[in-house]
Amino acid sequence: MKIAIIKYNAGNIRSVLYALERIGYSALVTDNENEIRNADKVIFPGVGEARTAMNYLKERSLDKLICSLTQPVLGICLGMQLMCNYSEENDTVCLGIFNEEVKRLLPSPSGEGQGVRSFKVPQIGWNSIYNLKTNLFKNVDENSYCYSVHSYYASLGEHTIATTDYIQPYSSALQKNNFYGVQFHPEKSALTGETILKNFLEI
Amino acid sequence: MNNETNDKIRSLGSPFRGRRGLTKRIMPCLDIKDGRTVKGTNFINLRDAGDPVELGALYAQQGADELVFLDITATIEKRKTLAELANRIAHNINIPFTVGGGISSIEDVNALLQNGADKISVNTAAFKNPSLIKNLAKEFGSQCIVLAIDTKKEEDGEWYVYLNGGRTKTETRCIDWAKQAVDLGTGEILLTSMNHDGTKQGFALDITKQLSEELPVPVIASGGGGTMDHFVDVFEKGLADAALAASIFHFKEISIPDLKNYLINKNITVRI
Repeated sequence: MKIAIIKYNAGNIRSVLYALERIGYSALVTDNENEIRNADKVIFPGVGEARTAMNYLKERSLDKLICSLTQPVLGICLGMQLMCNYSEENDTVCLGIFNEEVKRLLPSPSGEGQGVRSFKVPQIGWNSIYNLKTNLFKNVDENSYCYSVHSYYASLGEHTIATTDYIQPYSSALQKNNFYGVQFHPEKSALTGETILKNFLEI
Repeated sequence: MNNETNDKIRSLGSPFRGRRGLTKRIMPCLDIKDGRTVKGTNFINLRDAGDPVELGALYAQQGADELVFLDITATIEKRKTLAELANRIAHNINIPFTVGGGISSIEDVNALLQNGADKISVNTAAFKNPSLIKNLAKEFGSQCIVLAIDTKKEEDGEWYVYLNGGRTKTETRCIDWAKQAVDLGTGEILLTSMNHDGTKQGFALDITKQLSEELPVPVIASGGGGTMDHFVDVFEKGLADAALAASIFHFKEISIPDLKNYLINKNITVRI
């Protein structure tokens, strides 16, 4: 199987590559149109800032390429957010694959008068995923834990295939046709994450 | 995780299993010198107890939420060795990990992140040159910057920042430095109380709580964890987001699965 990891100016690309290697797959990290188009599976990772990343994608016409792909595509973290319509992060128009807007998480005190920030932003750490749909979550238990680091989120909507609660329920995974996106980092989410990556590669 | 542990977890049943919400994190810390774990361990089942990758993988398998690798080597070759170590860890471990120890430049950090480290921790170099934090945040994002602070409570009742592994006292209060560093772009604070470190008498609850309440970023408490109740206290009273410990895990005084089960029974949300 040919797996392409889209190379662009965002972090964590190596982490995804190493995670695939751990579960027995090799992948090509590339920004070459033909290599991406000819891959059986495409992974669109990302840790970073939305506008800078979108500008980089546009400059290299990777934006149009990603939208036109017909094989299974998995966006991770910022990758998933960029696949939505729009991100509040620096007022960025995104790829428009998922009909969702990405909003900023707003920290909230606990309300007990102690000034305790029970919800910090970014959300960093392990949280559970539930209302799991599609084969992406085959053999994954409801309320399994995944690792996330993010300050922005996609609301619940028609494309939601997993939900997580932080400040409010949000889409921890989205799917439309051949496009999948996860807000958490499967490459850092222990056995649960490895199962999800394997599931994606077997779609 | 072994079968016995799985059975223990199953026996807990709902409502504790898979509770929703962000969990408190348990983070074992491994001290590294010349690419090897130091201070020793008590795991007879490891082929090589000095190999940080093997030990880290064992902790990951047992349910550790993140790992911290703290390099205490003092040689020029360090950067290369540490980057190679990060690469091996990233290839073998499926949970996030932080690398720290003597990091003082963008180049140091770039080498570690390029080799698969998720986060880096800075300490003395950041205090001496706070713009380092700003530059790192701009270059790599706040999510990968952990500020380590060694702090000690003095007779005047204030917590002060110490540098150089606790050898050098400063006149700066811990809370003031932490706030400044968060404004500059620090993503998390790793707070070690020198009064408590190594005592196994419990974590420093007051300063942990103060930082956790006053800062918008997660606080990792370190120093003093000796019993499972100490972890309950640091989460409930200290409001820590994560707790770090070393020798109690290395010498199997507390196992991570037992600790997590104990915390769940105390109604603290952890990942199992």
